[in-house]
Amino acid sequence: MYQYDTHDQAMVDARVAEFSDQVARRLSGALAEDQFRPLRLKNGLYLQLHAYMLRVAVPYGTLNARQMRMLGDIADKYDRGYGHFTTRQNIQYNWIKLEDAPAILADLASVGMHAIQTSGNCIRNTTADHFAGAAADEVADPRPYAELLRQWSTFHPEFDYLPRKFKVAIIGSDVDRAAMKLHDIGIQVVTNAAGEEGLRIHVGGGMGRTPMIAPVIRDWLSPLQMVSYLEACLRVYNRYGRRDNKYKARIKILVHEIGAEEYRRQVEQEFAHILTLGLEPPPAELARIKAQFADPAFDRAAPVAIDLSDPDFALWVDQNVHAHKVQGYGIVTISLKPTGGIPGDASADQIRLMADLARDFSFDELRVTHAQNIVLPHVKRTDLHAIWQRLDEAGLATPNLDLIGDIIACPGLDYCSLANARSIPLAQKISARFADVERQRDLGELKLKISGCINACGHHHAGHIGILGVDRKGVENYQLLFGGSEGADTSLGSIIGPGFSEDGIVDAIERATQVYVAQRTDGERFLDTYRRIGTAPFKDAIYG
Amino acid sequence: MAETLIRLRDDSASTAPVVAFADLSDTANALAVRLMPGDDARALLPLLGQLELVEVAFPGFNDGRGYSAASILRESGYTGELRAVGDVLVDQISHYHRVGFDAFAPDQPITRAAIDTAIATWPEVYQRTVDGRPAIWALRHG
Ligand code: HEM
Ligand code: SF4
Repeated sequence: MYQYDTHDQAMVDARVAEFSDQVARRLSGALAEDQFRPLRLKNGLYLQLHAYMLRVAVPYGTLNARQMRMLGDIADKYDRGYGHFTTRQNIQYNWIKLEDAPAILADLASVGMHAIQTSGNCIRNTTADHFAGAAADEVADPRPYAELLRQWSTFHPEFDYLPRKFKVAIIGSDVDRAAMKLHDIGIQVVTNAAGEEGLRIHVGGGMGRTPMIAPVIRDWLSPLQMVSYLEACLRVYNRYGRRDNKYKARIKILVHEIGAEEYRRQVEQEFAHILTLGLEPPPAELARIKAQFADPAFDRAAPVAIDLSDPDFALWVDQNVHAHKVQGYGIVTISLKPTGGIPGDASADQIRLMADLARDFSFDELRVTHAQNIVLPHVKRTDLHAIWQRLDEAGLATPNLDLIGDIIACPGLDYCSLANARSIPLAQKISARFADVERQRDLGELKLKISGCINACGHHHAGHIGILGVDRKGVENYQLLFGGSEGADTSLGSIIGPGFSEDGIVDAIERATQVYVAQRTDGERFLDTYRRIGTAPFKDAIYG
Repeated sequence: MAETLIRLRDDSASTAPVVAFADLSDTANALAVRLMPGDDARALLPLLGQLELVEVAFPGFNDGRGYSAASILRESGYTGELRAVGDVLVDQISHYHRVGFDAFAPDQPITRAAIDTAIATWPEVYQRTVDGRPAIWALRHG
């Protein structure tokens, strides 16, 4: 994976110095809160209901064991012994003191990490397929492009005060594991008949209160023009995106209002101008980055067959280990969704254990997934049993990947100042109701996603089952959506009817799963059945 | 001492009256113009040869359209004074400088020393812009 050189290190060190000075000026009163706010947000520091929250960037979700260990140490040293992995492939700490923020950033910088642009109206941390470089279905590793984007977007002077936040996601497989089309810009690395790599650029997707699926704006772009093209996309947005209403300020609204055709025309015009300026890094830079993402030294003779006689182990392998591009290896997903637990939470000890496992068994590499789990991307199948045992002892071997227990939930009313309703306790209740793993497996792939308000941090629009917390005359209320997906078949869910109380919605979900079990045909997922039979049978069962 | 106009240029400041962009059509030979955030900087391109001063207004520091306006003018060869005017704060100075501003007229006075420190915030830069600094990729590959 990518290693900082002295240039990269100089930049994060400069950031620590700058932010330490800003915090000092805030604490002395020289900076007013409204002036400090955008500055701290660009360092991922939010003021939440009870404390400051710090969001740390994990660029394209990839990190090494030393970095992971540091995340655990920070949880111990500055938080309450926990970290929270999020849908943005980042980690958040919920109990941070402003005075400690500079020291935390310095600790992060010591392992080549930072909180740069994890918030604010700027280009955010780029997210990517969490199986990048490992998946059997991959066409090309998207991470070299993501790293090029990281560098281009870091402290970009023209795009730090955009109309609104800006999120880019990139994938290199037809299987979309990054909700690519639901981002401001979604990029897919593709190849043509001659085997050359190209980029397909989608612009104008998003969730929030106006969910939209991004249209294709450029079907094929030379990878050696990516920076110039994105520069053009951003400039058009910076100049013409709406600033009169923050709910209409995302690029999806601009693309929707002027139309994809017109947006494309403006971008092409700007692109032609930008190509004359020589802003593109040379091919040698992309080659330098690509070399750092070269495959680790896989043992191509590693055996495929392993002893699966322990039924619990076999269950976990079946559910949580994916096909690797190299025979004899597997991709392990560590579920951070224990029955009744808080989705995405991990203790400092658990974080350090995962770091150790990555060091010993996965070529020193981990991934954070947007579904709030952790991946060991390159594990020899013969090591799986040893890993599983250590995970199991630490409460990290729940075999529920992509099942109804693998819930995505935003922080909700327990932490978030914008929330209408609690997300975490509801996730815990649903997880407890469906605790039986055999029952979960019988229900098959079922992606359940919860947001505590319309901002949709929990991706509820994209859930096979989505839950949206609303405020009904001062009482927490939950709306139920069906039919969303964030995969290659991206679709937006729709609300099926009146909302529910916290207990009511758990019952409603249970009834929906009963309809599915009764109506499904062979091999159909919940989502497929819903798409085939429509809302009516579900409504009848739920509202009866 | 804190000043209300800081110029990083050696020539003397334009004394021409500053014409609002909206009034340009009445003043064909204007030497100094003020752009508001919504004004199209590209409409100034035919005048670049005659302009001595372009003021770019930042009514609020968080409206970033002026950064693109400045970049466009410099990319198109404008060499006169480019002045950021209004809610211009020290924490944005390094970015202003990178997109081509060479004069600042902040509502709240800033010292020249603070401006110089701000411009030196980044030891290196990742992007090539109109400020001419070599991007890190250029340092890496010569
Ligand atoms: C806890 C405090 C949080 C606040 C105040 C907050 C705020 C917001 C707001 C206002 C939006 C809507 C943006 C728009 O529609 O223009 C949004 C969307 C979103 N946020 Fe958060 N958020 C928080 C936590 C999180 C967490 C924990 C994550 C995961 C890392 C997250 C990820 C997202 C995602 C994925 C979206 C939807 C995609 C999009 O349209 O941008 N947020 N957030
Ligand atoms: S969806 Fe709403 S409640 Fe949940 S974290 Fe985002 S802003 Fe907060």
